[in-house]
Amino acid sequence: MEAPLFNVVLVGTPNSGKTSLFNALTGSRQKVANYPGVTVERKQGFFVTPLGRQVSLVDLPGTYSLRGRSPDEEITRDVVLGRTESEATPDLVLCVADATNLRLTIRLVLELKRTGRPMMLALNMFDIATRRGVTVDVPRLAEALGVPVVTSIAVRKGGTADLLRQADVIAAQVASPPGENLWHPHSVGELRTLQREADRIIAATVSLPARPDTWTARVDAVVLHPVAGLVILALILFVMFQAVFAWAQPVMELISGGFEILGQWIQATLPAGLLQSFLQNGVISGVGSVIVFLPQIIIIFLFILLLEDFGYMARAAFLMDRIMGGAGLHGRAFIPLLSSFACAIPGIMATRVIDNRRDRLTTILIAPLMTCSARIPVYTLIISAFIPAKQIWGWINLQGLVMFGLYVVGITSAMGVSFLIKFFMWRDNAPPPFMLELPDYKLPRVRSIAIGVYTRAMMFLQRAGTTIFAMMVLIWFLASFPQAPAGATDPGIDYSLAAMIGRFIEPVLAPLGFNWQIAVALIPGMAAREVAVAALGTVYSIEGGKEAAEQIGQILATKWSLATALSLLAWYIFAPQCASTLAVIKRETGGWRWMWITFFYMLVLAYAASLITYNIARSLGAG
Amino acid sequence: MTLDTSHAAATVLLGNTKRGFAGTVHALVGANAASSLPAAELESRLLELGFVEGARVEVLHEGLIGRDPIAVRVENITVAVRRREAMAVVVV
Repeated sequence: MEAPLFNVVLVGTPNSGKTSLFNALTGSRQKVANYPGVTVERKQGFFVTPLGRQVSLVDLPGTYSLRGRSPDEEITRDVVLGRTESEATPDLVLCVADATNLRLTIRLVLELKRTGRPMMLALNMFDIATRRGVTVDVPRLAEALGVPVVTSIAVRKGGTADLLRQADVIAAQVASPPGENLWHPHSVGELRTLQREADRIIAATVSLPARPDTWTARVDAVVLHPVAGLVILALILFVMFQAVFAWAQPVMELISGGFEILGQWIQATLPAGLLQSFLQNGVISGVGSVIVFLPQIIIIFLFILLLEDFGYMARAAFLMDRIMGGAGLHGRAFIPLLSSFACAIPGIMATRVIDNRRDRLTTILIAPLMTCSARIPVYTLIISAFIPAKQIWGWINLQGLVMFGLYVVGITSAMGVSFLIKFFMWRDNAPPPFMLELPDYKLPRVRSIAIGVYTRAMMFLQRAGTTIFAMMVLIWFLASFPQAPAGATDPGIDYSLAAMIGRFIEPVLAPLGFNWQIAVALIPGMAAREVAVAALGTVYSIEGGKEAAEQIGQILATKWSLATALSLLAWYIFAPQCASTLAVIKRETGGWRWMWITFFYMLVLAYAASLITYNIARSLGAG
Repeated sequence: MTLDTSHAAATVLLGNTKRGFAGTVHALVGANAASSLPAAELESRLLELGFVEGARVEVLHEGLIGRDPIAVRVENITVAVRRREAMAVVVV
C-alpha cells in the first residue's frame, strides 16, 4: 500500500530564502493558485524523499510571528494550526532561516514550537554564512531549541540532501501524536522574553564574525545615498523602460506577424463565411492582440524578480517612501505603478508586495491611470492626424509635447485620485507604518528567476486563453450579427448588434463630440485599447487596418473636428477600456466590488475630461 | 535590565537621532510615537524586527525629504523605519 501524502509546510521570515528553497525542493512541479476567499497566493509543490515518500510542500507567506496582522500572515497562522478547512493539517512544519541572520528566525521557531506540531529548522544559505565566518554549532542549536536542525544550500545541487534525509526520519515517527497546542497570540512581554531567549541561544551556539557583510555596507553607502541613490534608481528605471519598449519590440512584431500569417492561412484555407470570420477576426486577432504583450510581461517580471532577489526592491521602497507618501501612497507602491506603464496587468499583480490592504487597494485603483503601452497606438494615430508636426520655441516638437502631456496628465491624475481616496475614504487613519527589513545583497540565481518568470508567464497565458478568449468571442458576435441582408451596399457592421448599440449609446456620447462610429469602435476597444484603432478602420471601411494608420489618419482628419479628436484623447487617458485589467482587479481584490468601483470612477473621469476638453476646444473655435 | 529613570537624561528617541548615531535600545514606548498603530502593536512589530532592550543600533542612512525614513542597523540586520515610528524606540 502506498504511504499517504506527507504534508509539509514551509514557514520563514521574509528574505529567509524560503522561495529559493521551495524551488530547489520542488523544481517546476508547482501549482500556483489562491486560497479560497482571499487573494493570498498559494504555492504548492511536490517531491519524493530518498526513501520514496511522496511529499506535498506548501510555501506559506513569509512572517515574523504567528500573530496574523495581514491576510497573508493569517493564512500562515491558520494553516500551521490546522484551522484551515481546505488545507490538510501539516505533518511537519519546516522553518527556514537565513543562516547569516538567525536572530529573528530563532524567535519565530520558539513561537512555532508552542503549536506542538512536529518541526524542523533548515539553516539555509549555509555556504554564504560559512564564507562570512559565521559558525553554527548545529547539534547544540538543535538541543537548545528541542527541534531537529539541518543545514541547506538551496542554490546548489545536492544542497538539500540533509534536509531530505531528515524529512524521512520525521515521517517515520509521525505516527506518534503531535503535542498539544499551547500557542496563543503573544503579548508584548512574551515577545520580549522570546527574543531574549533567542538571543541567549544564539550567543551560546553561533559565533558571528567581527566584521559584518562589508559588501552590502559598501553598496548601500552609494545606493541609499539621499541624492546618488535617487539618481541610480532613475537609471535603473530608464534601463527597465528601454527594455520594455525597445527590446520587446522585435519579439512582439514576430508574434503579431505569426498571428497574422495564421489568420491569412485560415482565410486562404477555409471557405469565406462565419467559421472563417470567427477564427480569423474573433479568435486569432483577438487572442493574438493580447498574447503580443507576453514579451513585455516577461521582461517586466524578469526585472522585478531580479531586483527583488538581489535585495534592491526594499531599497527602492526606502528611497521613494516619502516622495510617494505626499500623494498618500506607500513606498512599496512604486514598482507596481512603474510596471503599469507597460501594462496595468503585471502592475496590479505586482501590488502583492504591499502588505497593507488599504495601500494595496489604492495602488490597484490608480494603476490603470498610468499610461500603458496599449494606449500608444491610439495616441499616435490621433496625434499624427490632428496635431501639426511643427516646432515650438525652435526645438520642441509639438506632437511629442502632446504625447508627453498625455503621460503627465495620467500620472498627475493618478496622484490626485490617490490623494482623494486617502482624504475621503481613509481620512481617520494616520498613514500605515513603513517598517521593513533591508536584506543583505545576494546574487540572484538563474534557476530561481527562471521558475518565477515561467510561473508568471503561464498565469498570463492561461488568462489570455480563458477570460480574454470569452470576451473576444462575445465582441466578434456583436460585430457580426445580425448579418447584412443580401444586396446590402453598406459595410456589414452597419447592420450588426454593435452598430445598434453604437447608435443607441450615441446620444450619451454626443456631448463629448463622439459620433456613432466612435461609439462602435469603443466597444471592441473594451477588450484591448489598441483594438479601437483597427475597429475605427473597419467602421470607416478602410482597407489595411493598423498597417495603414496614416491613411486612417487622413480620413479621420476629414471626418472629425479637432475638438472631437482632443476629446477622444482625453477619453483615453481615463477610460476603463480594458476588460482584462478589470478581470485582474476582480481576481486580485477577491470580488466584484472594487472592479466596479474602478470601472465607474474611471468612466466618470473620462466623461468629465472629454466633456470639458470638447467644450473648451469648441469655444476656442476648434469645433 | 531595569527601566531606571535615573538614566533618562542620557536617553534619546531613535526618531530624533542623526545619521551615524550608535547606541543600544533602552526601552520601547509605543505611546511616544504618533503612529497609526496602537502602542502595543507598534511595540510588538518593533520587537519582531529585533528592537529588544539591549540590542545595539546604528543609524546608517537617511531619506532625502525630511531625512526620513531612516535605515537602522539592529544587531546584524538592517531595518528601514519612518522617524514617526522610530520615536517609540528609546535609545541610550
